[in-house]
Amino acid sequence: MAGLIIAESAIFTIFVVAYLFYLGKSITGPTPSEVLETPIFYTICLLSSSLTIHLAAKCLARGIGFAFLGFWLLTIVLGGLFLYGTAREWHRLIYEHGLTISTNLFGTTYYSLVGLHAFHVTAGLIMLTIVAVFGLAGRVGVKQSGRIEVLSMYWHFVDAVWVVVFTVVYVLGR
Amino acid sequence: MSSNAITIPGTQIQARPWVDELHQWLTTVDHKRLGILYMLSALLFLVIGGVEALIIRIQLMHSHNNFVSPEVFNRMFTMHGTTMIFFVAMPVLFGFANYLVPLMIGARDMAFPRLNAFSFWLSFLGGLLLYFSFVGGSGLYGAGNAPDVGWWAYAPLGARAFSPGHSSDYWTLSLLVSGFGSIGTAINIIATILCMRCPGMKLGRMPLLAWLYLVQAGMVLIAITPLSAAQIMLLIDRYLGGHFFDTQAGGSAVLWMHFFWIFGHPEVYVLVIPAFAFLSEIIPVFSRKPIFGYPVMVAATVAIGLVSTSVWAHHMFSIGMNSYASSFFAITTMAVGIPTGIKIFNWIGTMWGGRIQFKVPMLFCIGFLFQFLIAGLTGIMQAAVPFDWQLTLSYFVVAHFHYVIVGGILFAIFGAFYYWYPKMTGRMLSETLGKWHFWLFLIGFHLTFDVMHIPGLLGMPRRIYTYEPGRGWDTLNFIITIGAFIQAIAILVFVANLIISYFKGAEAGNDPWDAWTLEWSTSSPPPAYNFATVPTVASRRPLWDLKHPEDPDSRYE
Amino acid sequence: MLARRTKSSVCSGWQIVALLFWSASALGAVGPDGAPGHGTNIFSPASTPAKSIVDLSAFVVVITGIIFAVVFTLLTYTLVKFRGRAMDAGREPAQVYGSTQIELAWTIIPILIVVVLFLATARVIHAIQDVPEPAGAVDVIAIGHQYWWEFRYPKLGIVTANELHIPVSDREHPTPTFLQLLSADTDHSFWVPELAGKTDLIPNHPNRMWMDPQRTGIFVGQCAQYCGIQHAKMLLRVSVDREDDFSAWVRAQQKVAVEEAGAIEGRRVFERNACMNCHAVDGTPADGRFGPDLTHLMSRATIAAGAAENTHDNLRLWIQNPSAIKPGSLMPAMKLSDADLDAIVSYMETLR
Repeated sequence: MAGLIIAESAIFTIFVVAYLFYLGKSITGPTPSEVLETPIFYTICLLSSSLTIHLAAKCLARGIGFAFLGFWLLTIVLGGLFLYGTAREWHRLIYEHGLTISTNLFGTTYYSLVGLHAFHVTAGLIMLTIVAVFGLAGRVGVKQSGRIEVLSMYWHFVDAVWVVVFTVVYVLGR
Repeated sequence: MSSNAITIPGTQIQARPWVDELHQWLTTVDHKRLGILYMLSALLFLVIGGVEALIIRIQLMHSHNNFVSPEVFNRMFTMHGTTMIFFVAMPVLFGFANYLVPLMIGARDMAFPRLNAFSFWLSFLGGLLLYFSFVGGSGLYGAGNAPDVGWWAYAPLGARAFSPGHSSDYWTLSLLVSGFGSIGTAINIIATILCMRCPGMKLGRMPLLAWLYLVQAGMVLIAITPLSAAQIMLLIDRYLGGHFFDTQAGGSAVLWMHFFWIFGHPEVYVLVIPAFAFLSEIIPVFSRKPIFGYPVMVAATVAIGLVSTSVWAHHMFSIGMNSYASSFFAITTMAVGIPTGIKIFNWIGTMWGGRIQFKVPMLFCIGFLFQFLIAGLTGIMQAAVPFDWQLTLSYFVVAHFHYVIVGGILFAIFGAFYYWYPKMTGRMLSETLGKWHFWLFLIGFHLTFDVMHIPGLLGMPRRIYTYEPGRGWDTLNFIITIGAFIQAIAILVFVANLIISYFKGAEAGNDPWDAWTLEWSTSSPPPAYNFATVPTVASRRPLWDLKHPEDPDSRYE
Repeated sequence: MLARRTKSSVCSGWQIVALLFWSASALGAVGPDGAPGHGTNIFSPASTPAKSIVDLSAFVVVITGIIFAVVFTLLTYTLVKFRGRAMDAGREPAQVYGSTQIELAWTIIPILIVVVLFLATARVIHAIQDVPEPAGAVDVIAIGHQYWWEFRYPKLGIVTANELHIPVSDREHPTPTFLQLLSADTDHSFWVPELAGKTDLIPNHPNRMWMDPQRTGIFVGQCAQYCGIQHAKMLLRVSVDREDDFSAWVRAQQKVAVEEAGAIEGRRVFERNACMNCHAVDGTPADGRFGPDLTHLMSRATIAAGAAENTHDNLRLWIQNPSAIKPGSLMPAMKLSDADLDAIVSYMETLR
């Protein structure tokens, strides 16, 4: 997983570089400061999901299956909320401000970067859901805690990427 | 395949129907079989890529030639480059990694056997996807368009506007797919080396090949991914109306160049470091001495890996960077030559004082040493930026990088084939055919690539489907083409050797070369489980210790 | 079996290369088509940037040559001296693991060589790239197109294509030419080896280069960055003129197109047939910018960016069916009737 994280970090780095390079270079269309709204609530959701998954993993290692499942499902809910927030933001940007991926350089780099991240969140949620199904069927116990650790590493990575994306897009970029 | 199977008298072994055998191969997760699959697929693409090279050479044999149309020529050089790098060099080197790394560290398989199989099939299918473009890539000028944008697909040439149809999409998608396969393999190599060494094998006791593949796999993780990212951006540009490289919308063609070469330069080190690994295993055995300066060799490789991530824009010296940027990349490029040179000296130091045996694997390694020296020096010439303003984008560069990849890497790969084929099949490759292969290939190689430097110095740019008479390029190109055909014949000899020796080669036994690393302690070919009991090692050369109990390495390390 | 391996025959290949390229530089005195003129030999510089490059290259080649000689000798000596002999079979040589002093030596010496090479390189980079433009310089804007070159002289009010005229420059009173390099479509590269190193023309990324040729004559080159199908036929022709010839050329180029009585019919056909959508003829309503400016077409020795000589037959063929000369060129086949075609060609031939 560490290897995968290193590789994925390199991919995200390139998209971040493209985003930063093109800041202020759009020839037309809305600029970040005109249209972006900082998604504080949904960011808190995603970052807390790191906490909940960490707690879930700890509980599983100790054998407290019920708490594990609780925290795990909470993680999925929080992750899902984040995606919902992204969807809402995109809906607003597209229909209220006319910003799409093909509008200008900002549109292209913004949707690609945030979209790439959202794609990774989605992939993570799918994996988390699969584990939840197995968990609800009673198949996830202490013996699987190693694998749960690996999966939660991925989830932490996704959160860490969001910290970077958030800073670059919503803090620096405006 | 022969193997040292234990036979119990009175029982009969039924031969398996070929369908079952095929199924075994297609569904295998055994690192040895996957390694061989990688090598076989690489050989297939080597022949195809070679044919593409011959078509290029015939067209360029004299000025204003009409052997193929410009469209076809442009597809040929694009496909030749893409095929050779992504579907010959990378797979064959991953194939050797797969086969050798677990054996050499005393493990039974790679860390993630199923990921291993998945990665191979991704890589192979990527190759098939690329070649499907010949029939599937319908474009403005009719059916069957292979990509023709060069293997770098520079923006904006790769954009929808300049590359209508789907040919460039085949380039993008096939590399994206096989790129993910490469990342999978790299993760596997790192996990295997870090977690699955046999007892006693501290990192400092691993064979150099394992160290070098560890560094290489790390580089794959951070080198291939920029290309994947750039290709995703290209797809967004082509299909979702994005503007990453759309200069009309303020986008930057130079950004593509940066992203591509941030991949492209470390990529060549990804290719050459395994070649260094082969040399570091073969030269000691045929000099009858341990590798000179093992810790320095490790440090130099790590240094090369690190520094090589900072040299990429030396492929871009003509794009109009400011003088400070050019100077920066000049010094980093020259600097990366230092650890590389150190390695050459260490190999010489290994041979010094030894008793050199000129068997075929060693012949290829010796060829590597002379040729890599020259290639490195022509690289230094190009690091002198103003000189590069003349040399870049000309046949001088083409000569330089073929010197590295063919004269260096391919020679090392041939050496590796001759050295480890006995282990993989239980049979020796024919020394006679091997020598024919070596000498023919050497002559053809030098005829082509020594001479090829000259048209570059005389102003011949690359990627041109024809050229003007009266520039002094005609005779030189003719000679280059002759050399190409000689190399083609040598490759045929090699393939013949591989096939004939499989059936008629001398039996190899466990350890035909009297070598010292763990793979030679098991049978040829090894059983599926590699070792009957997991070995314990006390030094870098466990078999030397066994053969020379009065003077083991463990006393000196 | 333990045959003595000598590499001398094949590895003196490098010495052959060295000999060949220095003698090739002597060939630079003969230009294309064997006529006295100039070729494309980077070792026959006719201009200061090219000359600085040759000087640096000599220094670099000498140093790398010395490195080659030393390592080559060391390698060959090792292979010969330490080859295994039949009488050694069964005995292993002394097992040496390394030597810190030797490692230090062959680390430090290369570092010193790199420092020296780098300093020489950096000096020449600055010398060529950071030159300020002097007052008497000729300004040219070069715009790369798919498969032809557009040249504009903004201060002189000239627009032409494919063949560049610049004044010869002398040491005491330099009149260099400074080019601004732009692109209308894909990436190109301006390479006339005997006048300067190459610099790319990249859309949305203006570049600058300069040359101060010290010999008159025709210098040739071509596009060096793959730009599409007919990259190979995007040739360059630079005419370095004496001062008075250059002024005469400028004056001729500044004039609007000649109005000749016999060409009126041809001009009407030209304007009727959408030619003016792409081409400009100064002094007429034709002002298309997509294709080359034709105002002084007959002042050029070649057409289609050097793909063909500028003769009556070639011109006729080019207009009728560009793919016959340059397949993939962006000029469409006009499919004119013979009468129209002849009229247009006669008109073109008046555009001196």
